[in-house]
Amino acid sequence: MSKQNQEGTTTLQLALAWGFVGIPLTLGVLQTLINAMKLFQ
Amino acid sequence: MGLLSFLDRKHTVAKPGFSRWMVPPAALCVHLCIGQAYALSVFNLPMTKLLGISQSAPGDWKLTELGWIFSLSMLFLGGSAAVFGRWVEDGGPRRAMFTAGCLWAGGFFLSAIGVYLHTLWLIYIGYGVIGGCALGIGYISPVSTLIKWFPDRPGMATGMAIMGFGGGAFIASPLSVWLMSKFSTPTHVGVMETFVVMGAIYFCFMMVGAVIVRVPAPGWAPEGYVAPKEAARLITRNDVFVYDALKTPQFWLIWWVLCLNVTAGIGVLGQASAMSQEMFPGHITPVAAAGFVGLMSLFNMGGRFFWASTSDYIGRRNTYFVFMVLGFFLYCTVPYTGAHGSVVGFVCCFLIIISMYGGGFSTVPAYLKDMFGTRYVGAIHGLLLTAWSAAGIFGPVLVNYIREYNVTHGVPKAQAYNTTMYIMAGLLVVGFICNFLVKAVDARFHMKANDARAKESGAAPAAARA
Repeated sequence: MSKQNQEGTTTLQLALAWGFVGIPLTLGVLQTLINAMKLFQ
Repeated sequence: MGLLSFLDRKHTVAKPGFSRWMVPPAALCVHLCIGQAYALSVFNLPMTKLLGISQSAPGDWKLTELGWIFSLSMLFLGGSAAVFGRWVEDGGPRRAMFTAGCLWAGGFFLSAIGVYLHTLWLIYIGYGVIGGCALGIGYISPVSTLIKWFPDRPGMATGMAIMGFGGGAFIASPLSVWLMSKFSTPTHVGVMETFVVMGAIYFCFMMVGAVIVRVPAPGWAPEGYVAPKEAARLITRNDVFVYDALKTPQFWLIWWVLCLNVTAGIGVLGQASAMSQEMFPGHITPVAAAGFVGLMSLFNMGGRFFWASTSDYIGRRNTYFVFMVLGFFLYCTVPYTGAHGSVVGFVCCFLIIISMYGGGFSTVPAYLKDMFGTRYVGAIHGLLLTAWSAAGIFGPVLVNYIREYNVTHGVPKAQAYNTTMYIMAGLLVVGFICNFLVKAVDARFHMKANDARAKESGAAPAAARA
């Protein structure tokens, strides 16, 4: 099969894609968890 | 022409070697952005002080007027998902994500002009109508693509994307507050600039999703995956045409299942802060109540992934049975936790309830796929989202008006929600019956191998692929 017809996804691409959405989501979740802890104070 | 062809479904087909694990982040790029809708309320107070700055002045907008922005956006979410569902399905996810990104950013920019000119109807059109259409198109855009990439675990795949919709507020809320603090001056609130920046950020984010999304090549299957030879009783191997689905009792039964599950959850979600403080006066302070709301949002998001993934193992219908039965007992337990002063019991009840509210949203695409096949699942899902719009009206009305009625008739505030809890439990009994009545779709609704309607949209029905 010719290389033009291949679209191999590298681990770096996967890490970048997941990091792109995962980092802001994790930061937001952590911020919410910190605020939520006020329920137990 | 170049851009238009780039957006085509045929230019979105993945080449060999493409990892299907690139598709959930693409879907999350869209859902995390449109999930901002849940954090719209952070703009409410600043937008009531656009003229007065430190406090509302005559001529400033009222909270009741601003409330319509969210209501309009939810109305147009359901409407556009229903109207554009087939267009999304035929054109593929990239065109839909691109369109949703343009509309979402455009809605923010028009709203910014509305704030600048202090013209509320521009915000109604910008965020409410245009943004609402972006919500509908964006919400359904990755659904059928994910189901096709993950035939082995469709619940988990759609659960991941729809979890993003629940998680969008976690990013939008602190980001909005931070941006407004940066742009505010003693003579300016900073809402307009915040809208412009957020519109630009969301546009870029959603375009990344549109670029990396791919649809699987015809006949593609994950490595090692063998489709079951025998069709399960409630998992069809056929396709049902989008508008034929409306003629089946299954569609309407699932419509009611979703509507009742969402009605039960959405009412308490909106009133959680006030309810917790009124049921436990002196025990739950406003600060603790805010923490409780945050915790509920986390369980709303987590429930979307957990329950949808669980449905891959126990089945969609059984998952909804769990929602209905467990929800019934939890709603009946809430008044007892109030009577016995059990804050922990109250919090646990609502956290599980709200996880099932989120789970209801994320499990339904896979339920539809089981009933109607994969070919038009995105479009059928779009039609089903009208149940969400209906529940958005029923839920808060039930909670607010029944509480108001009880309080004006002398019921102590701590017990004013008891009737509502029993009504919610009753709704779940109706939901249980609807779910129980769901059977396999009659074969006369299945698309035939030479169905002309499939040729119109350029994809063969399952009967032809088999």
